Amino acid sequence: MTTVLEPTPAAPARSGDPGLLRRPTHPTGIWSWVTTVDHKRIGVLYGVTAFFFFLVGGGEALLIRLQLAKPNGTVLSAEMYNQIFTMHGTTMIFLVVMPISAAFFNYLVPLQVGARDVAFPRLNAFSYWTFLFGGIFLYSSFLLGGAPDGGWFGYAPNTSITYSPGHNIDFWVFGLLILGIASTVGALNLIVTLLNMRAPGMTLMKMPVFSWMTLISSFLILFAMPVITVALFLLMFDRLFGSNFFNPAAGGDPVLWQHLFWLFGHPEVYILILPAMGMVSEILPVFSRKPLFGYPVMVFSAVAIGFMGWGVWVHHMFSVGLGPVAVSAFSVSTMFIAVPTGVKIFNWLATIWKGSLRFTTAMLFALGFIGMFTIGGLSGVTHSISPHDRQQTDTYYVVAHFHYVLFGGALFGIMGGIYYWFPKIFGYLLNERLGKLNFWTWLIGFNMTFAPMHLIGLRGMPRRIYTYDSSLGVNGLNMLATVGSFIIAFSVLVFLYNVLYSCTRHRVPAGADPWDARTLEWMTSSPPPDYNFDEVPEVHSLDELWHRKYSEDENGRLVPIGGGRAGPSEADLLTGRALAPAGDGNGHGTGDHARGRQPHPTAHELGIHMPSPSYYPILTALAIPIISYGFLYGRTSGSHYVVTVLGILLLFGSLYAWGMEPSAEPEEPHDEHHDDGQPALVGATAGELEAGEGDQAPDGDDGGASA
Amino acid sequence: MTTDSATVAPPAADHGESHGHVTNTGLSNEKLAMWAFLGSECLLFGALISTYFLYRGKSISGPTTKQIYDIPYTSVSSFVLLMSSLTMVLALAAIQRGDHRRLRVWLVCTALLGASFIAGQVYEFTSFIREGLTIKTNLFGSSFFVLTGFHGVHVTLGIIMLLSLWNLSLRGKLPQSKSEVVEIAGLYWHFVDVVWIVIFTVVYLIPSGK
Amino acid sequence: MAVREPMRKGDSVRPHLRPTWRKVALLTVAMAFLAVGCADKGSSLPQDALDPQGSVAKQINNLAMPVFVVAGIVFVLVETLLVVAALKFRRRSDDEAPVQVHGNARLELTWTVLPALTLAVIGIFTVGTIIDINKIPKGPDVLEVTVVGHQWWWEFDYPGKHIKTANELHIPIDTQVAVTLKSADVIHSFWPPKLAGKIDVVPGRINHMVVNADKAATYYGQCAEFCGQSHANMRLRVVAQTKADWDKWVADNAAPPAEPSASDPDAVAGKALFRSKGCASCHTINGYSAGNVGPNLTHLQQRTVFAGAIFDLNDKNLRSWLRNPPAEKPGSIMPNLNLTEDEITQLIAYLDTLK
Repeated sequence: MTTVLEPTPAAPARSGDPGLLRRPTHPTGIWSWVTTVDHKRIGVLYGVTAFFFFLVGGGEALLIRLQLAKPNGTVLSAEMYNQIFTMHGTTMIFLVVMPISAAFFNYLVPLQVGARDVAFPRLNAFSYWTFLFGGIFLYSSFLLGGAPDGGWFGYAPNTSITYSPGHNIDFWVFGLLILGIASTVGALNLIVTLLNMRAPGMTLMKMPVFSWMTLISSFLILFAMPVITVALFLLMFDRLFGSNFFNPAAGGDPVLWQHLFWLFGHPEVYILILPAMGMVSEILPVFSRKPLFGYPVMVFSAVAIGFMGWGVWVHHMFSVGLGPVAVSAFSVSTMFIAVPTGVKIFNWLATIWKGSLRFTTAMLFALGFIGMFTIGGLSGVTHSISPHDRQQTDTYYVVAHFHYVLFGGALFGIMGGIYYWFPKIFGYLLNERLGKLNFWTWLIGFNMTFAPMHLIGLRGMPRRIYTYDSSLGVNGLNMLATVGSFIIAFSVLVFLYNVLYSCTRHRVPAGADPWDARTLEWMTSSPPPDYNFDEVPEVHSLDELWHRKYSEDENGRLVPIGGGRAGPSEADLLTGRALAPAGDGNGHGTGDHARGRQPHPTAHELGIHMPSPSYYPILTALAIPIISYGFLYGRTSGSHYVVTVLGILLLFGSLYAWGMEPSAEPEEPHDEHHDDGQPALVGATAGELEAGEGDQAPDGDDGGASA
Repeated sequence: MTTDSATVAPPAADHGESHGHVTNTGLSNEKLAMWAFLGSECLLFGALISTYFLYRGKSISGPTTKQIYDIPYTSVSSFVLLMSSLTMVLALAAIQRGDHRRLRVWLVCTALLGASFIAGQVYEFTSFIREGLTIKTNLFGSSFFVLTGFHGVHVTLGIIMLLSLWNLSLRGKLPQSKSEVVEIAGLYWHFVDVVWIVIFTVVYLIPSGK
Repeated sequence: MAVREPMRKGDSVRPHLRPTWRKVALLTVAMAFLAVGCADKGSSLPQDALDPQGSVAKQINNLAMPVFVVAGIVFVLVETLLVVAALKFRRRSDDEAPVQVHGNARLELTWTVLPALTLAVIGIFTVGTIIDINKIPKGPDVLEVTVVGHQWWWEFDYPGKHIKTANELHIPIDTQVAVTLKSADVIHSFWPPKLAGKIDVVPGRINHMVVNADKAATYYGQCAEFCGQSHANMRLRVVAQTKADWDKWVADNAAPPAEPSASDPDAVAGKALFRSKGCASCHTINGYSAGNVGPNLTHLQQRTVFAGAIFDLNDKNLRSWLRNPPAEKPGSIMPNLNLTEDEITQLIAYLDTLK
């Protein structure tokens, strides 16, 4: 994580200065992806990888549901079941929802704030590869003796060496540490991008809501990750080097683990849900043709959630026996975090109220989010009644609750986001008819799976049990849930088919602005050129693009500027005949290469200096799991520490080479100014733009570019 | 030394601290990233220090603070580390006025002071182990070694960073216009020092119950 | 714009499409949910948290029910607004120009303050209940019990009464039972839903809770904190008895263990095997062995279940258990002793004498 600090050369690396590896130059093909530093490609990599893990985690969920479909199930052994439910939770949180959010952050944030890339493009690539290797590392456990089986919460002392002597938990500890590095570095990058690189005129309160949620979420990651890092380090020292942090025999307190874990774990919940809230806050106004109701309140309530999220962690520990004072305080704080959340729900309702609602698939998912997340929020309030939480906690009632938040909330929002931004990212609209089938099966399957769990839990079925007795009176409900889970699986297949269908057999070009949208990313072509914008737009208002298309009359009604168009109708989308090349009749300037089929001018032709691809992010990221394998097996045989040493050498070697490599390879100088090889920053002032300063590219990593 | 900056592309020289481009905050990306990173580090050390604090006086057996600590010795090594912050400031001042020779002198001084601190810590660790306190002995041993060890690793990384800067400067690749790199490294270095003040107070000076 | 004209046809398709399969599907799900819920309800629900049977559980329930009602009202409000908005403000023409409302401070203040006030009221009652249920009763009328969680069974210790039993907690009705909770290994959670909310059993800590029952009956429960491989197999029962039955139970369990009579050679041989096969190193039988890994077996036959309350106590179940415990309860600390069928018969004969 100290890569930021690596010192950097002062002069441009001359082409004769070889470094360790020659600078990669592949414009296409697999190596172009391996070495890419383009935030859009990295976003796509994040998304595809996370979706793959979603299928894996979903498969695990189906196994769990099959095992529990009937009492005394025999699909899985106790041992296997514990591994599967641990990996399901760990996967869905760390390998699915966080990285899918990261995919959207990466792809959209620079576009939404009018930047050419993120602040540190190579560091961004490093985040992705670290995440990928962390995921592979975690899953390699299945082949190397057994997956983690201590639950995603890994409570000590069950995870200590005494009760979990195998390597299962070691994989979990190191896997989460690796993923923590990826998230922290990614968050750092986004924070700097959002605070420093917004287009001229875009003050913080003109920043799109999704970007705001990204900022808050990134700050939560930045501050929450070190806490779980410490918890994992303490557990690792206990397991590897015999320290006593969670050893009750030596006076260690297992509750310390819980405090550290949930001090991370509760902000984590908001890390997972805030991005989806941001997506929904973008989708609803577009398909209601109304601005987001109370933008400042939406922003401030999210900031409030971000702060209050740090003061409620003990509600995960109401049954630990912390005494009435602590329990009372955290009961009350938990109740009050519902207030800003409730404000958001009512503001969303007010946004669609008296709007002109167009039921695209994205809109349906966003509306579904409101409906389902409300249920999760309300069951959350019932948890804050701590005396009754002692009846609810660790039962299926809690499972129902957080699936309504993370599936009904986060995943509904994310699916809405996928349908909404897919055309921007890939240039084709997803089929709306399949989309609607996708939505309705998703909604029905989801409720069929998780609504019964409220009742299952209140009837006394605990979580994390591989078998239950038929006398509990939950047989039918469990079967219903299992059937529901397969409807969700069907829905996922519909989605996959939709992607395939819409990208191959039935392509509907999207154009730059298929939804009649409001924010900057819709000003450039779909997909955008690697430099994002021909010219960095100057921002005058919130919803900049919208205000370039429409104004309001004296009664506040919408008036198109220059006879502009409304977006395609729902029927147009449904039949897929809607979108001839996107009109740019209202002059927002990108129609020329609207589909991206006509070749864009290259960055070079436009005089834009973009960061160059690099091998070092992936090499540096590769070192981390190698070091971890060394430690992991070093526990059983000291000679394996050799692997750790090799990993550390690789780490320092690639970091050194990284530091010596300029962020952007100097081009043939086409004007005097480029001689210094220092790409100028994106958030240049309007003055500079007017002065015709062409080379607006992101700054180098780690001060890497030379001056 | 002016010869150093002479080897650098001339247009760079007149760029000020912000590299001549404007960000929304006015801070360069690198500096802002370092501040954010240090914010994250606060939580890391906060959690470690809290752990030490919670386990103070809770050890069931084995040596505890009173039998082990040599406060005068650690005070001296703490003073050494604090002095390194001063030399770090002098290094930054040197590069900002273009004095590259002094920059290198102060960078090396800072690194040496840091290294003496680490040497002192290694000596302290070995003497503790000789007296029968290891990471396995008791809660005190576990939390002491992990907390101070983490800090030691941070100092070591800082030393590597300082020596890399020194090396760059030697090779003429650290012109005055890039003085911000030194400033950013300095931010890290000062942070690590401040953390040590907290650790020294919490771990060594506040008496534990037992 | 011209392209759009034919699409209007597409628009008119929609109203047909909607009510048919969407409504039918939603209705089907709702009906299935209700039907299944009710069908299950037909039988008695042994761990139903919404069916409190003791004063602690009732107090918790009385606090929660109004909150569920409030939550239900908010739920109906939000979902109704959502559905109404969706039906009413559906775009009917592409030229619609809705009024651009950017916000409304008064409205936003209202839906900040109203929920906050509601929650404040709930908070007051909640804090009151928390303080109430955390009071540990003391006095001669209070029964003290120590619960120790083990992987994966429960030990119940009655201090001052020289009784140690497992998996079945006997208590007298209408009596405050002050439970002290400890763990022998990892974290468990003691949860008899009809009598009280769960409290964790944490190694290195001592927790307290109060349990009581109004009616003589057997109440079910189980460990609620994931505690390793056989977490699912760590169940428990609370047997609430009338005063007379309880006194008899105490007398029976405090008595010295029965000796196998010489007329039962199997039992005599079993007693010897109990020691020679190593059972004695883990299990206590008062006056004969003093192991503390597994349950105390002094009065085994006073119980109705064994092995974390997952099996009824009978010869058949004991036989399969003794053949291979880890096959019956995954991860069981009791190993497979590789006993012959004859040895098993003899051991069971001995265990049957432990009345």
